[in-house]
Amino acid sequence: MGALLLGAMCVRGEVIKVASGSMLSGPQSSLGEMIKLGAQIAIEDAAPEFDALGFDLQFLPQDDQAQPDVGVAVAKRLVNDPDVLAIVGHFNSGVTIPTSEVYKEVNLAMISPGSTNPRVTERGLNNVNRVCGRDDVQGPVGAEFAVNDLKAKKIMVVHDKTAYGQGIALAFRDKAEELGAKVVAVLGTEEKTNFQSLILQMRALKPDLVYFGGIYDQAGVLVKQMRERGIKAAFLGPDGFESSAFVEIAQNAAAGTYYTTVAGPAEKYPAAANFVKKFNERFGRSPEAYSLYSYDAAQVALAALKLAIAENGGTKPSRSQVTEAVRKVKVDGITGPISFNQNGDRAQADYWIIHFTEAKYPGTPVKSVNAAPPVK
Amino acid sequence: MSEALLELLPSVLLEGLLLGCVYAMIALGYTMVYGVLGLINFAHSEVFMVGAVAGVEVYRYLGPHVDNPYLLALAALVVAAFISGGLAMAMERLAYRPLRKRGSTNRLVPLITAIGVSFFLQDFVRLIEGLWHGEFYMNYPADAHLEAMHDLPLGMSIQNKSIFVIAVTVAMMFALDHLVRRTRLGKAIRAVAQDLPTASLMGIDPDKIIARTFLIGGALGGIAGVMFGLLYSQINPFVGFVPGIKAFTAAVLGGIGNIYGAMLGGLVLGTIETLGGTYLFFLTDGALGNEYKDILAFIILVLLLLFRPQGLLGKTQGEKV
Repeated sequence: MGALLLGAMCVRGEVIKVASGSMLSGPQSSLGEMIKLGAQIAIEDAAPEFDALGFDLQFLPQDDQAQPDVGVAVAKRLVNDPDVLAIVGHFNSGVTIPTSEVYKEVNLAMISPGSTNPRVTERGLNNVNRVCGRDDVQGPVGAEFAVNDLKAKKIMVVHDKTAYGQGIALAFRDKAEELGAKVVAVLGTEEKTNFQSLILQMRALKPDLVYFGGIYDQAGVLVKQMRERGIKAAFLGPDGFESSAFVEIAQNAAAGTYYTTVAGPAEKYPAAANFVKKFNERFGRSPEAYSLYSYDAAQVALAALKLAIAENGGTKPSRSQVTEAVRKVKVDGITGPISFNQNGDRAQADYWIIHFTEAKYPGTPVKSVNAAPPVK
Repeated sequence: MSEALLELLPSVLLEGLLLGCVYAMIALGYTMVYGVLGLINFAHSEVFMVGAVAGVEVYRYLGPHVDNPYLLALAALVVAAFISGGLAMAMERLAYRPLRKRGSTNRLVPLITAIGVSFFLQDFVRLIEGLWHGEFYMNYPADAHLEAMHDLPLGMSIQNKSIFVIAVTVAMMFALDHLVRRTRLGKAIRAVAQDLPTASLMGIDPDKIIARTFLIGGALGGIAGVMFGLLYSQINPFVGFVPGIKAFTAAVLGGIGNIYGAMLGGLVLGTIETLGGTYLFFLTDGALGNEYKDILAFIILVLLLLFRPQGLLGKTQGEKV
C-alpha cells in the first residue's frame, strides 16, 4: 500500500504547497476559519490545472491564533519546508508584520487578505503584499463620508490611544479639516466602562458627529451611554466595529451608527456569485466578507506560481521567482481587478461605508469608494 | 465657551455624585474590614466584581420572567448582596482566619494573601463565565423605563436608574448607620474594632464578629457591583480593579476605619474625578485629556494627606468603625 501511494505520488510530479495563515483557534477563530476556507476553494479548484502542468498542488492551512509569537513559530516551520512557495495570510497586522520578517529571510511571498496597518507594506519588503485597503485611506474615506454625505460640520474625534485607533482617527481628522469641517476636540481614552466625562464634554461642545477610532468593545459602550444621556450626534468609526458583538454591546444604540471597512459584503460583488454558491455547496454555510479576499489572495498566489513556472521553463520555480511574479501578475479577482504597486499595496482597493439601519448585524452597505494607496 | 462650561457644572456634579455612590459603597467594605482587623482587603474589588456578575446572571435567568424593572433590579441587588457577602465571609474563613490563628503578626502576610485571592477570583470568574456562557464581556440589558430621562432645573437631567441608584445608596447608608450605632451587633463590631483582646474578654466571640463584618462589607460591595452594572452597562471579570483602587483611595481620603469617612470620601472622589475628567481638557485648551482625571484625583489625595494624614473624618486615635 505504501509503495503504491509512493508510486502514485511520483507519477503526479513535484509537490508545490500553498499555505494559509489565519487564526483557527482562540476568540477570533470563526473569522480565521472563513479565511482558510476561501483560500481552500481556490487551491482545490486549481489542483487539476497544476496536475496538467506536472505538479501536485497542496494546501497547507496553519493556525496563528492571532498571536505574534505563535505566528512567528508557524512561519519558521513553513520556511523550513522547501515545497512551500507562497503564503495566503496573515490576517492581524500585529501578526503579519513579524511573520513577514521571517518569510523575508528566504524571500517567500505572502499575500494578506486583511492586514490594513500602513506599516505592513511601508517597510518596503518585496515579499509582502495585500489585497485589501489601508487604514490611512480608510480614515479619510470616513471623513469624506462624514462631511460630504452626512453633512457634519462640528466633529469630535475620540480614539483608544492604540496605534490602530489613534492612527486612523488622526487620518480622519486631517481629511475632515481639509474638507472644511470643524474638529472641536481630539481625545484619547483607555476607559472601558464609564464614559460620562466624555459625554459631558459632548454636551458642552455639541458636535453633530462623533468619530471613534478603535474597536467595538469600547465603541459599543460609548455609543450606548451617549444615546442614554440624550446625545444625538451621528456616530462613525473604522472596521474595528465590524463584529456582531458591537450590536450585542450597544443594543438599541447600535441602530443608526456607521462604520467604514475594507471588506465589502459578498452580495455587492457580482463576480463572487459563483464562489458563494460553491462555498455553500462545499461547506454548508455562507462565506463572510474576508473569505472573498482570501480567495482572491490565493488566486494571486496561483497566478504568480503559473507565471513563475512558465518563466522557469516548466520546472518548479524558486521562492524568489514566485515572489517576483506576484508583483507582475494582473488577476481578475472576484473583488475586482488586482495588481500591486511597488510596495505591495493593491493598486485600487475598495472601501465600504456600512450603516446599521437597525440594531442587527450585519449592517447595510450604503456606499463604496475605490481608491489608490498613498505611496511614501 | 466659558458660559457653556458653567451651565454644564450642575450636570457634572450630578454625574460625580452617581459615581461617588458606587465608590462610597465599595469603600465601606474596605474601611469596615480595616476597622476590625487592620487589614487592607485588596480582594474586596473582586467581591464587587462578583456582585456585578451575579447581577448579570439574575438578569439572564430572571429577566424573561419578571416584567417590573424595579423588581428585577431589586432581585439582582439582593442576590448579589448574598453572593458577595457569602464570598467575603468564605474568603475570611478560608484565607485570612487560618493565618490569624497561626499567630502571624506580620501584617504583610494577610495583605499578600489578599492580593493572591484577588488574582484567583478574577481568573476563576473568567473561567466559569467562559465555560458557562462563552462570554468575556457581560452586558446589563437595556430597559426603556429605567433609562427614561427626566429634566431637572439648571440644565440637569436624570434617568430613572440613576434615581434608583441614589435611593439604594441612601437607604443602605442609613441602614448601616443604624446597625453600627443602635444594634447589639454594631456595638460588638465597635468593641472588636476598638480593642479585640478586651472585647473577647467581655464575652464577645471575635471570630463571629469578624465574619459578620466581612459579610456586611461584602454585601455592600455586591450591591455596588449591581449599581455599577446598571449605570454603565458593560462589565467583565477584570472590571473590579480600577473601581476597587479608587474606592480604597476614597476610604483613605475619608479616614480609613471610619464609615462616615468612607461615605464622604467616595462622594468627594467621584465628584473630583468627574470634574477633572470633564474640565481639565477645556481649561488646558486640549493639552490634558480625560486620562488625567485620575492623576488629578490622586494629586488631591496626596495634598490632603500631607496636611491631614488621618483623612477627612479620621481621628488620630479613638473610635474606629
